[in-house]
Amino acid sequence: MDRSNLNSQLEHLQSKYVGTGHADTSKYEWGVNQARDSYASYIGHYPMMSYFALAENESIARVKFNIAEKMLQPCGPPPERRD
Amino acid sequence: MFLYNLTLQAPNAINQAILGNFSGTRQQELIVSHVSRIELLRPDTTTGKVHSILSHDVFGVIRSLVAFRLTGASKDYIVIGSDSGRIVILEYNPVKNVFEKVHQETFGKSGCRRIVPGQYLAVDPKGRAVMIGSMEKQKLVYILNRDIAARLTIGSPLEAHKAHTIVHYCTGVDVGFENPIFACLEVDYTEADQDPTGEALQQTEKMLTYYELDLGLNHVVRKWSEAVDRKSNMLVAVPGGTDGPSGVLVCSENFITYKHIGSATLTVPIPRRANPFEIKDRGLLIVSGVVHKMKNSFFLLLQSEEGDLYKVTIDYTGDTVNAIKIKYFDTVSVASGLCILKSGFLFVASEFGNHHFYQFEKLGDDDDTPEFSSNDFMTNDDQTMDDIRVYFKPRPLENLLLVDELVSMSPLTDAKVLNLTDEDTPQIYALCGRGPRSTLRILRHGLEVTEMAVSPLPANPTAVWTTRLTADDLYDQYIIVSFSNATLVLSIGETVEEVTDTGFLATTPTIAVQQLGQDALLQIYPQGIRHIRHNKQVTEWRAPGGRQIVRAATNQQQVVIALTGGELVYFEVDDSGNLSESHVRREMSGNVTCLSIQPLPAGRRRVRFLAVGCDDNTVRILSLDASSCLEPLSMQALSAVPESLVMIDMPDQISEGSLTTLYLNIGLQNGVLLRTVLDQTTGQLSDTRTRFLGARPVKLFELGMAGNPAVLALSSRPWLSYQMQSRIHLNPLSYEALEYAAPFTSEQCPEGVVAIAGNALKIFTVERFGQVFNETPIPLKYTPRRFVVNPVHKSMAIIETEHQTFSSLEKKKKLKELGFDAENEGEELDPVIFGNVRSTPGRWASLIRIINPLTAETTFSLELEQNEAAFSIAVLNFATEANQLFLAVGTAADVTLAPKSLSSGFIHIYRFVSDGMGLELVHKTPVDEVPHALLHFQGRLLAGVGKTLRIYDLGKRKLLRKCESRAIPNSIVTLHNQGGRIIIGDIQESVHYASYVAVDNKIVIFADDKAPRWISCLAMIDYNTVAGGDKFGNFFVDRLPEKLSQEIDEDEAGSKSVGKGYLHGAAHKVDLVAHYHIGDILTSLAKTSFVAGGREMLLYTSFLGGIGIFIPFQTKEDIDFFQTLEMHMRNEMPPLAGRDHLSYRGYHVPVKGTVDGDMCEQYNLLSGDKKRMIAEELDRTPAEIQKKIEDMRIRAI
Repeated sequence: MDRSNLNSQLEHLQSKYVGTGHADTSKYEWGVNQARDSYASYIGHYPMMSYFALAENESIARVKFNIAEKMLQPCGPPPERRD
Repeated sequence: MFLYNLTLQAPNAINQAILGNFSGTRQQELIVSHVSRIELLRPDTTTGKVHSILSHDVFGVIRSLVAFRLTGASKDYIVIGSDSGRIVILEYNPVKNVFEKVHQETFGKSGCRRIVPGQYLAVDPKGRAVMIGSMEKQKLVYILNRDIAARLTIGSPLEAHKAHTIVHYCTGVDVGFENPIFACLEVDYTEADQDPTGEALQQTEKMLTYYELDLGLNHVVRKWSEAVDRKSNMLVAVPGGTDGPSGVLVCSENFITYKHIGSATLTVPIPRRANPFEIKDRGLLIVSGVVHKMKNSFFLLLQSEEGDLYKVTIDYTGDTVNAIKIKYFDTVSVASGLCILKSGFLFVASEFGNHHFYQFEKLGDDDDTPEFSSNDFMTNDDQTMDDIRVYFKPRPLENLLLVDELVSMSPLTDAKVLNLTDEDTPQIYALCGRGPRSTLRILRHGLEVTEMAVSPLPANPTAVWTTRLTADDLYDQYIIVSFSNATLVLSIGETVEEVTDTGFLATTPTIAVQQLGQDALLQIYPQGIRHIRHNKQVTEWRAPGGRQIVRAATNQQQVVIALTGGELVYFEVDDSGNLSESHVRREMSGNVTCLSIQPLPAGRRRVRFLAVGCDDNTVRILSLDASSCLEPLSMQALSAVPESLVMIDMPDQISEGSLTTLYLNIGLQNGVLLRTVLDQTTGQLSDTRTRFLGARPVKLFELGMAGNPAVLALSSRPWLSYQMQSRIHLNPLSYEALEYAAPFTSEQCPEGVVAIAGNALKIFTVERFGQVFNETPIPLKYTPRRFVVNPVHKSMAIIETEHQTFSSLEKKKKLKELGFDAENEGEELDPVIFGNVRSTPGRWASLIRIINPLTAETTFSLELEQNEAAFSIAVLNFATEANQLFLAVGTAADVTLAPKSLSSGFIHIYRFVSDGMGLELVHKTPVDEVPHALLHFQGRLLAGVGKTLRIYDLGKRKLLRKCESRAIPNSIVTLHNQGGRIIIGDIQESVHYASYVAVDNKIVIFADDKAPRWISCLAMIDYNTVAGGDKFGNFFVDRLPEKLSQEIDEDEAGSKSVGKGYLHGAAHKVDLVAHYHIGDILTSLAKTSFVAGGREMLLYTSFLGGIGIFIPFQTKEDIDFFQTLEMHMRNEMPPLAGRDHLSYRGYHVPVKGTVDGDMCEQYNLLSGDKKRMIAEELDRTPAEIQKKIEDMRIRAI
């Protein structure tokens, strides 16, 4: 398998699966992807959502709304680019 | 160790509820999902009761459910969005009572992932297409159609993806028969991710986007997109086509907006509760909604996060909407699903606590509740909408009437298996619910019994029967009670009265009563048989001189009696209605102790089998054929004298047609019940199942229950054997011991039982089949967290803690501040319906309560002040005051959840007073962190305070710190000990084994786990082994190697145990023995034996209200057998939602050392061919396999 083919495969993966890393993945990107993955998983698992809802004493729908809102920018604004 | 997992009670929280005509009849039914289980509920609109028809475990996570119907069809299909990476369409087959998989299409990876669809499902209201979406990016649209044979077809998926977009909601817009449109609430994060200044984030808008499926081009296009409020969370489609104006309601915090292409935007605020404690800047969300279409109109019910229902009506002409109107309707519990039935009922699937079924009394049209219209709030600028506040005054239910309730124990926060009331079997004490609806529930193993009537009789009766007068009667007419020297006949009418002119002989005890032939009655008594014709003409058959009738068995056409000495005489009803004696008699080898004749199927004149039990410990089957009358066919030897026999036909639900299996039930004098299959052609007995019921001889009675024959078995407690969902269940009844029983059918009570207990006649029914636990709830005030039991006085101490809530004291203070009269409390809303008054994050209400479980009364309660919240509790005694019991409660003040902070933690020490029913504060010791775990340890207190582990001793003014360890990484959440060995559960880093070295007064952590686990509960099952559950729904067992354990214990100085730390952890590691994904968060684990004298096993409770067990296998053969069976089951019956069973049970860590008993039990649901195929592979017969599966369950409960 030659190098160009490998690269194109990697690019294909990166476009198909959000969050696939690459050589220049920054700490910020990595963190944001991890947070979004976790939040999506929490929302998918109902027992987890109701566990949170009980602890916070909120309705499950409110907890879901809060988490889905946090997915927009889970780790604060991105750092300034240095170049 | 190898474990077998069985669910005793499936989790009963509902996360999705849908309505439809799933049977294809006019009857509307509900389908609810309990996360990993799908259940069909059938509401009975005449009685208002909701019956569970079918419940099926899908071994996957059901995240979304929708129902759809093809145009012109009368039957609804079910679409499941799950974690399987597949879309599954199910159809309910009412004949076989099963869900059938119609289509299963794979589109992605399994698991609840960010970009794999399954979270959202939206269906075109005309049933032409379904959209399945994920949290981000991916959306697929499947076209639904039918082929020439009218079967449902599903097209290939059409993509409607949009990268970098988070989806908040999806719904199908009602557009009549135009191209299907799906509406989505989306947020694009591309810009916000690139802009370090945060400006782009501010400008990011939430978009309402219409995706149109062009049926002509077979393509999905983004048709329309418009910005809506940033805090929008939900869409509700408005009826369209001929029914309404189409479009969607966008529910945002504080207001609702109507949107549609080319239509004006209308906005109306959501009315808020008028409440002096209102937090003005807290928004109000709509959490669920339902549209109800009537003949010429429709309305919507929306529910806010406080539980208030609003009725929303839309004023429109043609396609133009003039106004939307909203008014307060009623308040019910916060729902995860709302369904309105056409027959005028509302089903509320609660997020927490019991589910409710209401009947509409009126539609809130003409009352004085204020209505708000969008016309009054016409503003050009949407921003100002956020500041508009309109109010209503909440009131008790006015439009709805509660008619039924489905039990839900969710959330179940803590449970213990104890026998505090000294009964035959232990009880489960469970803390359930949230806020003011929370309860302590005492669960007892047994079916719930509803007592209808109790009437005392003059003496102690020996037997009771009911009978109809003619074969055509729908209901029973007489109750006949036999005493030792008399017989009493009661007629059933509006009241039950004694009658004398019935033709029955009153001066003798009775052996049997039967409605015979078309319209005659039969009384069998020791001296003869009395045949009473409808004109009261009596024919007597007298027993031969010096001999008496001892036993009798009858059906409508045949009668067999046994005389003293063991002689059998057989009679039949002839064509003229006379009872004619057969010329054949038969002498048995011993005295006859019981007789049973096969029940007569409708339209038949004769049945073939008679069962005779003799005192030589045998049961024989005799033929009743005319050619071979009373010829023996087969015989079974027993372990004791048979006391009672009943033959019943039970339907084989899975084999097609109306095939039945004939069972012979044998009750023995030693309290054992046997159930044997009787071969309908040869009369041979096979496949015997045995169960010990109680100390008294077992008497059996045939009954009808839920439309099927059932057997009531009376021993030291009553048991019911009945068939449900292709399995024969044998459950005890939660009722006193009975002596004799008979079925009872009347207009009010179609399937009752009349029974004798002492000198009382009791009439009762059993309604909730399949619910093996019956509960006694005790109400609590705030969300319960933990409880402990005072071992001496058997009282229970509970801590209740609730976030964001005003404590009673704070509430009074605040009222005074606001200038209200504190005396004016009469107007306060009932918190059980309306919830506690909400406060801000970081405010807590908490109390300590003592309950006497015998009287179910609260004997003491103490509400904590100064924003303190209780988190842990322990009962202990101190070496310095050994004869006194203390209660330690760990609290913290001013706790905030995120970011974690507190002003101070405390450990309260209370002394038990007034026989353990009250408390007295000794002192309060401040600590620096939240004490999440407390434990009695060798006459001192072991406390996990944040990440430090300390030993405290009792001092005069406060606790004295004796020893400390800081080797735990995050936060200690559980503590257990045996001797000097302490097992510590960390919130994130699994278990740690420590030993207390008394010589050096230090705690040494010598072993920990290899994997991180977010511990939710732990139980020490022996000195080296610990079982636990984590927050992702896994169960695991860890064990310290035996050799290492000995070395550590012999090493008194502790030098060996300290060793050298390994990879930032302890020196040694524990081994993983078993691992299994349960699918729900475990909240308690206990090693217990649930059956008297049974083996010990692990009982667990889970957060959504489930109860299950792990049974350790005893032989290698059993392990091999069940593992092989499980493997075959995975192939032959793949889970319904499309999830791979093995990967589901190994969700985070591969399954280890555990067999899924629920999967094995689905063997009973397989078709006969597949059963035989698997049986051949296992070198057994299907009956043997079923017996083995049943034996495992019997062992447990």
